[in-house]
Amino acid sequence: MSVLTLDPILTRRAEIQRTAEASLGRRQRHSRLLVGLTGACVLVSLVPLVAVIAYTIERGAPAWSVDFFSHAPTPEGIPGGGIWNSIVGSFIIDGIALGGAIPLGLLVALFLANSNSRVASGIRFVTDVLSGVPSITIGIFAYGILVTTLHHFSAIAGSFGVGLIMLPIMIRASETSIRTVPTDLHEAALSLGAKNAAVARRVTLPTALPGLVTGLLLAVARGAGESAPLLFTAIGSQYLTTSPFGPMAAMPLTVYLNGIQAYPDLQQIAWGTGLLLLCIVLVLSVSSRIAVARLGRIRR
Amino acid sequence: MTVGIRNPGTAGQPRRRPAVPNGLYRAGLSVAALVFVALLVAFVVDLVVQARPAFAHFGFSFITGTQWNPVTAHYGALPFIVGTLETTVIAMVLAIPIGLGAALSLSHLLPSRTRAVIGTAVEMLAAIPSVVYGLWGLLVLAPWARTVIEPAVAFVFGHRGPGGGSEIGVGLLLAGLILFVMVLPTMVAISRDVLAAVPTEQIEGALALGATKGQVLSRVVIPHARAGILGAITLATGRALGETMAVTMVIGNTPAITHSLFGTTATMASIIANQFTEATEPFHLASLIAIAVLLLVVAALVNVAARMLVRSVGRSVSAIAVA
Repeated sequence: MSVLTLDPILTRRAEIQRTAEASLGRRQRHSRLLVGLTGACVLVSLVPLVAVIAYTIERGAPAWSVDFFSHAPTPEGIPGGGIWNSIVGSFIIDGIALGGAIPLGLLVALFLANSNSRVASGIRFVTDVLSGVPSITIGIFAYGILVTTLHHFSAIAGSFGVGLIMLPIMIRASETSIRTVPTDLHEAALSLGAKNAAVARRVTLPTALPGLVTGLLLAVARGAGESAPLLFTAIGSQYLTTSPFGPMAAMPLTVYLNGIQAYPDLQQIAWGTGLLLLCIVLVLSVSSRIAVARLGRIRR
Repeated sequence: MTVGIRNPGTAGQPRRRPAVPNGLYRAGLSVAALVFVALLVAFVVDLVVQARPAFAHFGFSFITGTQWNPVTAHYGALPFIVGTLETTVIAMVLAIPIGLGAALSLSHLLPSRTRAVIGTAVEMLAAIPSVVYGLWGLLVLAPWARTVIEPAVAFVFGHRGPGGGSEIGVGLLLAGLILFVMVLPTMVAISRDVLAAVPTEQIEGALALGATKGQVLSRVVIPHARAGILGAITLATGRALGETMAVTMVIGNTPAITHSLFGTTATMASIIANQFTEATEPFHLASLIAIAVLLLVVAALVNVAARMLVRSVGRSVSAIAVA
């Protein structure tokens, strides 16, 4: 026996085995620690989502009533009143913004999808950069170009700012979608003698429609929640106004302007409006995801 | 999928709409692209023109000046530059490790079904409007920060330096925390995409050599995705620098540099949102717009850098991550 244990080769082998086992144990402990930490990170990332949504529902839901959705605000101190003017205002402002962003976005997307030139990749790049530009600077642009020149605050200036925020999202999503249209379809239409414009209108755009809708939903979700570009353009209003050339209320503005007040009843209005905004934005964004998923299934 | 002629009823006698010639169509598209580019050029030119009085009057001292006083018409942007950097650093110190950890989990560790659900949930964070974060920060998180977070931080720092000053809830630390929550989805979504793009051969090779899961992640996956992760960090930083409404609501908007985590201060974006409508004195307005120009330049540079980094990994930033 003693001969065996003293055998240098066997001793060495046992030593190696011990070291290897110790190393594996150590490495596995490290690994488990790392995996555990990443799991903790996931949990930490989910806490704010749950907290923001839960608190907004808890504080916002009590504000909801029929009056809340059907009346303009009452003067200070008088109970009742709602955010009807903000709802209408948001619809008008975002509607006008879309009216500009959809046609321009589609045309630019068609231009980009049909071209691989340097000009096109340059435009693609600045479009990406534009989507990262702080929205407040876009608000100042809208102020400079439409408020100073017209000499008064107006909803249309707000629409301009919101449209500029929607544009990069629309352009990039539409271009991606148009590019997935099979070349065969395009070429088949051309071979039948169709002009490019007819191919775009009758073949390319209808085929790319689900993707275009997705881009549209994402753009609206983003634009509808923005208040920075409305702050010194549409500026907000206590009354129901429908003229795009005058001041107008909007939901994000109502959240901000009421939220920073010290009065609980105004804060309540802010929570209620915030909840409505949250619902709208989340529904838009979830439905855009469903559209993407459906689209993927059809294509495959 | 149905495409092509949609209406069989009139297929025999197509509508007599004059066909748009190809030349006109191409010209139309080019004009649209030109209008878009012209808008962007006008954007930059308009801001610079509006800001010119401030730059012309104060020169370089606009950036180094620490006084911001509308009464005496002294305008220096340094407090806001410092405030922006401080809040961004707080946000990123938290967002980088936590975002990267979550991204690793979402790209390689969790089962694919859980991955999809949690991934969507985290991306939902990006869809929540900035004002809603601000409202939550101001009315829910601030009281909690005053009674729980700030006393704890003050204790760690021994009630001096960054932990000194009165604990009032709103201020630098709260702004940093809100920003952390807001940039997290950007960080997670992009890092996850670049981490998932690491070739399977590399991972399997490492596993075959006896590496543990942890070793594969730290020695193969992360180093391989380095450039992309750096891109994600840069893009998240860009968001943190320019975030306006939520920060405006929770930072206190005092035009002074603070040395305490609990002090109120302002960022470049928040001071514009806070003072723009009440700026009656012409220099005040021009100075605020001058801050916007600085902000625009910094944000654009950061974005350019981020996109080059992410692009170098061979993946373009997904639309959702941008939004």
